Amino acid sequence: MADDIPARSTATVQEQAAEAEDEREAERSFRAAPKLNKSPLHGLWALTNRDLVKWYKNPIQLIISLVQPVVWLGLFGKAFNIGALFSSQPGVTTAEVNAVNLATFGTTSYFSYLGAGMLAFIILFTAAFSGMSVVWDRRFGFTNKALSTPVGRGAIVTSKILQSVVRSLIQAAIVLAIAVILGMDTASFTVLSVAGSFVILFLMAFGLSSLFVMLALRSSDWQTQMAVINLLNLPLLFASNAMLPVKIMPGWLQSVIRFNPVSYAVDGVRQMLLGSASATGYAVLAPLWVDFSVLVGFAALLGILGIVLSWRLLSR
Amino acid sequence: MSQQPLVKVEGLSKSFGALKAVDGVSFEIKEGEVFGFLGPNGAGKTTTISMLTTLLKPSGGRAEIAGLDIHKHPNEVRRVVGVVPQEYTADEDLTGLQNILLCADLYGIPRSNSRPHAMELLKLVELQDAANRKVSTYSGGMRRRLELASGLINYPRLLFLDEPTLGLDVQTRTAVWSYIRMLKEEYKMTLFLTTHYLEEADSLCDRIAIVDHGHIVKIGSPDELKASIGGDIIVVGVAEAEPDISEDIKNIPLVREVKKSGREYRIKSEVGEESSIKVIDLVRSKGLHVTRIALTKPSLDEAYLEFTGRSIREEEAGKMDAFKQRVTMMRARR
Ligand SMILES: Nc1ncnc2c1ncn2[C@@H]1O[C@H](COP(=O)(O)OP(=O)(O)OP(=O)(O)O)[C@@H](O)[C@H]1O
Ligand SMILES: [Mg+2]
Repeated sequence: MADDIPARSTATVQEQAAEAEDEREAERSFRAAPKLNKSPLHGLWALTNRDLVKWYKNPIQLIISLVQPVVWLGLFGKAFNIGALFSSQPGVTTAEVNAVNLATFGTTSYFSYLGAGMLAFIILFTAAFSGMSVVWDRRFGFTNKALSTPVGRGAIVTSKILQSVVRSLIQAAIVLAIAVILGMDTASFTVLSVAGSFVILFLMAFGLSSLFVMLALRSSDWQTQMAVINLLNLPLLFASNAMLPVKIMPGWLQSVIRFNPVSYAVDGVRQMLLGSASATGYAVLAPLWVDFSVLVGFAALLGILGIVLSWRLLSR
Repeated sequence: MSQQPLVKVEGLSKSFGALKAVDGVSFEIKEGEVFGFLGPNGAGKTTTISMLTTLLKPSGGRAEIAGLDIHKHPNEVRRVVGVVPQEYTADEDLTGLQNILLCADLYGIPRSNSRPHAMELLKLVELQDAANRKVSTYSGGMRRRLELASGLINYPRLLFLDEPTLGLDVQTRTAVWSYIRMLKEEYKMTLFLTTHYLEEADSLCDRIAIVDHGHIVKIGSPDELKASIGGDIIVVGVAEAEPDISEDIKNIPLVREVKKSGREYRIKSEVGEESSIKVIDLVRSKGLHVTRIALTKPSLDEAYLEFTGRSIREEEAGKMDAFKQRVTMMRARR
């Protein structure tokens, strides 16, 4: 046809135009900034998720962190067979042994008593080591990278606390499952009591993680941080009722224990999981509502302190 | 609007205790310019970048980026600038793509935008095939390119590059240079880069500030810096030590300075090619014989050494460099 040629040239022109448009498109797509999320909490989930992904992609770390509480439970909890200790004495009946156990531990099985303590143990240790990831991030420049973006300073700190809380609770759930498999007394377990225990553990994890993250914020030196962890970890564990009842301890130690938030967490968990609230005598540290109040106060205080101080601690 | 400089720095200072790491620097950067900070180790280059990217609080002075005061509006400044730090900062347990997306999340860029953009950037730095590999498997050069890509994720108007080619082999260095040129030419991005490699500053920068001990000792285009040390140098060997014809040479147009040592004349001239021919003519017209002639153009090296001094720091700097490189490499291997 006669307009064959013009038609083709039109197509060429169109093609050229399209090409030019593509080019401009590429440039624009590179430069046209999208609509940004400017809420002060943006990036919080991204930061938390980063640590969690690193954690679950590396199961070795999870397994190693479970070894200690499980060894305590399996070896110490089983070996420390108080019932057998008494019943091996002549003239002691099983009923009498159970009565002594019940009065001392609030349960007839020391293993179950220790199981509740081990839930606090795993949370304490996970929280303590949450400070290490803060130190590594500073060391490897990740903190500076995050600080050079508009992400909230509070979000950086909160993410460290949250990832530690999530990890602690998951690990505590695993320890609880292992304890049950190994023979923990589940007679008093209800949905409510298990849920309540995890609320208590959550409060403790939140408070302790805030504490250790705060202590780590300024440090870029992992040796110092390890020293801090060791300095706090064992006293917090041993000066508590995690392994033995408070009231068999000397008076001075009892007063220390009453200042240790870990004790209230362990006490609350025991009362709910083992039904030891009704038990009298040595078993109970404080009424359940006191346990809860102390832990709410502890978590709120340290959480707020951590987040408020974060801005100051992160900017040099 | 484009008349306004993108960066305006006035008397910016930072002290660490008694040490004045940055001591009252002032400069401006125009939109679209590549501005270089050239200086020896410890000159205060990284400290300056840290202040401009709001990581460090200045102890004195002020700075504005895109009209935003870095002290009063740090968050807005952070949105405008991108940073490629001196050290590798990527998370080794994540993949390259995950690292960039994480960065994007921190800027609040929605994933619908950051995902394609991240892939685009990885392609730009030729890492698309390694996008889903853990960074711990990357080589040093790949890491540097990844840092470059993550520095670009927030569509910065101004990109800071802190020693972008430190510890890279020649191939990667050339690649990084070509990315930098592309950013300038195709995307009209403004760049602030620090380096202590002279060829790098010479070939990439529109303007250079030579810094030493926290001060800017000289600022200008590479050509201006070269010219400022006084033009070309002609060295003429003459067979006869006598007579001294220095005065006659000095009368040749464009010649600035003449020094005679033995049978050799060192001549500084504004245009070496022209003067050298006239010098030869002059020598012959006096009945003397030219034994050799050499013409050297001033390099940035000469300018740099003129302004920062030739002291032993060269050697020390070399050691520091090797040390830093080792640290960076150790991390690269980890
Ligand atoms: N946080 C700090 N505390 C104390 N001194 C510091 C700190 N950061 C930097 N300095 C000092 O400030 C000076 C300038 O350091 P800076 O890192 O800015 O130098 P630079 O020009 O980047 O050097 P390089 O080429 O080695 O990277 C150095 O003497 C350094 O020791
Ligand atoms: Mg530096």
